[in-house]
Amino acid sequence: MTRTMYEKIWDANLVHEPEAGSPLLFVDRHLMHEVTSPQAFEGLRLQNRKVRNVHSILGTIDHCVPTKDRFNIVDVIAKKQVETMTANCEENEINLYGMDSNQNGVIHIVVPEHGFVHPGMVVCCGDSHTATHGAFGALAFGIGTSEVEHVMATQTLQQKKAKTMLVKVEGKLPAFSTAKDIALAIIAKTGTAGGTGYVMEFAGNTITDLTMEGRMTLCNMAIEAGARAGLVAPDQVTFDYLEGKEFAPKGDHWPAAVEYWKSLSSDEGAEFDAVIELKAEDIAPQVSWGTSPEQVISVTGVVPSPSDFTNEVKSQACASALKYMALDAGQKMTDIHIDVVFIGSCTNGRIEDFRAAAELLKGKKVADGVQAFAVPGSFPVKDQAEKEGIDKIFIDAGWEWRDPGCSMCLAMNGDELKDGQRSASTSNRNFEGRQGKGGRTHLVSPAMAAAASVAGHFVDIRDWK
Amino acid sequence: MQPYIKHTSIAALMDRSNVDTDQIIPKNFMKKVERTGFGINLFHNWRFLADNITPNPEFELNKPAFQGAKILVAGENFGCGSSREHAPWAIADYGFNTIISTSFADIFFSNCFKNSILPIVVTDEQLAALMAEIAGNEGVEFTVDLEAQKVTTPGGLSISFEVDAFRKESLLEGLDDIAWTLKHEKEISAYEVEHKKRLPWLWPSA
Repeated sequence: MTRTMYEKIWDANLVHEPEAGSPLLFVDRHLMHEVTSPQAFEGLRLQNRKVRNVHSILGTIDHCVPTKDRFNIVDVIAKKQVETMTANCEENEINLYGMDSNQNGVIHIVVPEHGFVHPGMVVCCGDSHTATHGAFGALAFGIGTSEVEHVMATQTLQQKKAKTMLVKVEGKLPAFSTAKDIALAIIAKTGTAGGTGYVMEFAGNTITDLTMEGRMTLCNMAIEAGARAGLVAPDQVTFDYLEGKEFAPKGDHWPAAVEYWKSLSSDEGAEFDAVIELKAEDIAPQVSWGTSPEQVISVTGVVPSPSDFTNEVKSQACASALKYMALDAGQKMTDIHIDVVFIGSCTNGRIEDFRAAAELLKGKKVADGVQAFAVPGSFPVKDQAEKEGIDKIFIDAGWEWRDPGCSMCLAMNGDELKDGQRSASTSNRNFEGRQGKGGRTHLVSPAMAAAASVAGHFVDIRDWK
Repeated sequence: MQPYIKHTSIAALMDRSNVDTDQIIPKNFMKKVERTGFGINLFHNWRFLADNITPNPEFELNKPAFQGAKILVAGENFGCGSSREHAPWAIADYGFNTIISTSFADIFFSNCFKNSILPIVVTDEQLAALMAEIAGNEGVEFTVDLEAQKVTTPGGLSISFEVDAFRKESLLEGLDDIAWTLKHEKEISAYEVEHKKRLPWLWPSA
């Protein structure tokens, strides 16, 4: 009987399926940050329970970290959260890349850098963007804090089997279109609830042509389509990325591991509950116009009108988004002026993202009145960029070159939009107030963000000088 | 966990779709290390005016008729966005124990059950009928009977809903999930022995 990759991982990690109750799925890796874990540790303490497999956990501090003067956390409540994380990890001997570590950064950037996630694993974290690690062919998904506590105590999760969706993208991407644009184009097609109840497997030659960084960007945003997780079949690109990394299998274990990983791809003819297909040629650089990641359009397009939607809910959502975003139907996307540009986040905070942006910023200057800041996803990303002179390109162009953290992706650390400000952002969510109360977010790729910083408005980078 | 018992309560109407977790509890209120006290921050950016203190008279949940509501009736894809359990913590702390919609985001849906909140999925037609009844009679009380899997209203609606048998039992009895799983300690340990043999490089001794 043929199986999809999801089904293979499910079968391999199924601990027990009682007649009454819930199936229990074994968790191989548990990732942790300061925001969603303190109450879980407190729960363990109250019940006198212990962390079952300390080695399965890797932690960082990322959400509350200032990107300037990083040790000076002004907000006392945030400071306590950071201290609590540090203390909890110390007490339980958990491997933490904390404030003092030169490996610190955004959890979903740091974890792959150390080769902590492998194909075939079940990976969870109290963070919806855990989907990122599906890029390695691991079943990776976000959980709530009660489940964080459950995993620490039992190394398992009570799980229901998801449905499977194959998302096939074939062909060659147009110049300047990236994994981010693929992700946004998919969400535009499925809607933010289109993936609800599904695990999405991304396949097709456009996907296999992506680097690991690109695959991570794509899987990262599977959650924005409502999917519990995204998956890409592991291949030589995956193995080359992992080989030699700190937590990768070593010596004789390496060939054994690779052999196992090669067996994980969906079988020829395996059946999916749903299939959607996209042509890479159709995916121009994307820009979101609304307050949901599905409200996105090609940069060549215009802001839609509520009357463009036959579905009443979507039509209403369009009207309310236009009001919040202060946009007019019919306005050209390239006429939208921006105040702030942010490059960073677990979606687009990797070295490749800064290289792509630097290509466009070389010898250019940020437009008058625009504030632009770059936040590398981790210290290793920052160090690598500096080695390549990328920081200089950003700084010469008038950008701020900051320290790592989640920063203005969700604006918990003080980096935020002021009421009414409009951003071009490489992050993942354009929800109302996400980047600051009253802030207006447009999601784009790093290259699109870089070009917007110079022009002061969105541009079609394909014919931009 | 509090057992979920049959109740008759005010149903509040939130006629919006895609209500995301950033609206339910904005990130600036997620810095606390406790599980309690988030109700005051529920829907903060919609609920309060720019001074962050004065209730916004235009926000639906601020209507006098909806005060004390335990049931929230809302549009599709409720709870989309982040995995933050602060969202159901805020909802429960505010006083809701039931949310009725046509669909919920996966992580939010499962987080509800960990916090004695019952998310009920109904059809488009059923949701429209429930919303219409509230709109025509603000302050109306609905009855939610989890045991019988039924929502009934004074207007004569009687809506049966599906719920996973295990989750139903957990809610009704206020079960501790971890305690339930640890009853399967033998199976977990046996799995770990096999896992170590199969994937030795994932274990510290390897």
